[in-house]
Parts: sequence; C-alpha cells; structure tokens
Amino acid sequence: MSTLHTVNKSPFQNQTLISCLGHTKAGDSVLLIEDGVYGAMSGNAMSEVVASMGANVKLFVLGPDVAARGIDAARVAEGFTQVDYEGFVDMAASCDRVQNWL
Amino acid sequence: MSKVKKFLYVNRKAPYGTIYAQEALEVVLIGAAFDQDVSLAFLDDGVFQLTKGQDTKEAGLKNFSPTFRALGDYEVTKLYVEQESLDERGLTLDDLQDIQYEDEDDDYAEKPSIIVVSRAGMADVMADQDVVLSF
Amino acid sequence: MAYDVNGTTVEHDEEGYITNLSEWTKELADVISKAEDIDMGEEHWAVVNFLRDYYEEYQIAPAVRVLIKSIKKSMGPEVGNNKYMYELFPYGPAKQACKIAGLPKPTGCV
Repeated sequence: MSTLHTVNKSPFQNQTLISCLGHTKAGDSVLLIEDGVYGAMSGNAMSEVVASMGANVKLFVLGPDVAARGIDAARVAEGFTQVDYEGFVDMAASCDRVQNWL
Repeated sequence: MSKVKKFLYVNRKAPYGTIYAQEALEVVLIGAAFDQDVSLAFLDDGVFQLTKGQDTKEAGLKNFSPTFRALGDYEVTKLYVEQESLDERGLTLDDLQDIQYEDEDDDYAEKPSIIVVSRAGMADVMADQDVVLSF
Repeated sequence: MAYDVNGTTVEHDEEGYITNLSEWTKELADVISKAEDIDMGEEHWAVVNFLRDYYEEYQIAPAVRVLIKSIKKSMGPEVGNNKYMYELFPYGPAKQACKIAGLPKPTGCV
C-alpha cells in the first residue's frame, strides 16, 4: 500500500512541498513536477529541510521539467531520481493512489 | 453494484482568496449523489474555511460557509481537521462552526461531523483512501 | 427575458430562473407557476417555503433526494416520496420548485 504524491509548486512560493512531506507514510513516493522541480535542487535554503523530511520516502523529479528550467543535472540533490514521462505513468499505475498536491 | 470507494477531498486553501474552496465544496455536493464513502480533510490554510462568523456582505462575495452545515443531509459526515494546522494559525475548535449530522441509524441523534486529528493521524486518513482529490 | 408581475419586470435566465434572488415575491411565484403550468396548492407552497428556508440557512438549493428526504421528515411519507413530489412538480421537484421559489438551479442539476 503506497501513495504517489506529486507537487507542482516551488517550495519558495508556498508551503505545499513541506505540507506534502509532512503527510507521507514510509515507502511513499514523492514526484516533483513543473515548478515543483525547484524543490529538488541542492545548495539552496530548502535543500536541507527537503532532505530531512523526505528521508523516509522515495524522491523523484520529472526530467523534462528539470531540463526545461535549465537546471543542470549536477544541481539536482542526491536522493532524487530523475524520471521521464513514461516513468511517471509507470509510477502512477503501480501505486495504490495518487495524491496531487495543488 | 460496484464496490463503495473511499473518497477524500483535501482542502488546503483559505476560503475567499481563490476559487478552490468554493469549487471543492460544489464538487463534493455533486459527487455525493454517487453513494460513495466521502470524507473531507482540512489542513494548512484550509482550516480557515470552517471558521464561524464569516460575513461577506461588504466584500460582495457569496458566503458559502453555511453550506458546510448542509453536508450531513448529503451523507457527508466526516470532516477531518488537522490539529497542527489549527495551532499554527492560533485557532481552536471553538473558532470553528458547529457542524453536525443526524444519525439515521441512531434515532436521528445529532452528532458532530468535525473530527480533529494530528498531522500523523491525517497522514493515516489519507493513506486509507481509494481516491484523494486535492483543492 | 423577464417575468411581468403587475407591471413590474423581473429578469430571468434562459431557463426561467430569476437573476436577482432578492426580487422574489409570492406574486412572482404565482406568475412563474403559471408559466410552468402548475396550479399552486397548499403542498406546493409547503415545498416552495421549505426550499426558501433551506437556501436561507445553507446558501444552496438542495439536491432532489435531499429535498424529498427532508420533506418526508417534516411533512410525512405521504408527501415526502418520489412519486407524489413528481405529481406536484412534474418537471422535477427540485428543478421546478426551485424556479418558483426564486432560487438558483440546484447544484448538480444539468
């Protein structure tokens, strides 16, 4: 039993990513998409809190949205796995439920 | 008949700044016709939706807060409210509307619809659903 | 599009629901009911008054099954049942009675 959570807002814009990470269960997956991908960057004011709150979940980031924003692969924090659209679909199909945090 | 599914509508936005809250309530009322097991969750700024004393006259907006008290008629009787979200905003249960439903199986006794849960409890509620819809 | 109530016009939308809810009067209800081909009796009025009270309290027009359940509770099962309510308001108790009561179309009705 696991949930795929998606977050599409930058953690610098609002608290959605923090709220999401505060409501996950161990073993859930969190996928950052659209402006949410800024939450996957290393070396910024949010990096540490994302890493510590996300310690019990699997962290993913949508590659096309990372590339679209010119974020170098080297700037994606350790602990995040990049997936493509196909990977996104597979994740959605294999979990028990999807919760899209708006 | 198909299996009854558990639906959770997650409310995380304050009532009037965006259309999310009002739209969510409308979706809940429409969805209630489908005889599923429906619950609502209120967390983050979503807890502001349930405060009492909302008066939108001068703001020229429709006050939809009384509609939460009609949810019992639609057999929506579980409104989970997150304690930490209340605390962070300096709110207590007393600041919220008294929302009740009539229990048909218990001689129409009036029972509270609001269930206050911890953040961890809210995570459990979310993980227990078939479908989660966020607003 | 408008109803004419003794020379006063009350705007309505293409389906006949009035645009400004505060313009409702009992005289207007009579005009709308004639347009709907309904001869308003005591029980019709009871339903219309119930709907207006419900809207005043909850700010929504109830769905038809909520309406019937509530009428059953307040007026008994002889009135509060599907068949009888559709006899009173052949085009749908919620839809048609809401129109006469000067309320918006019930949420979820298409």
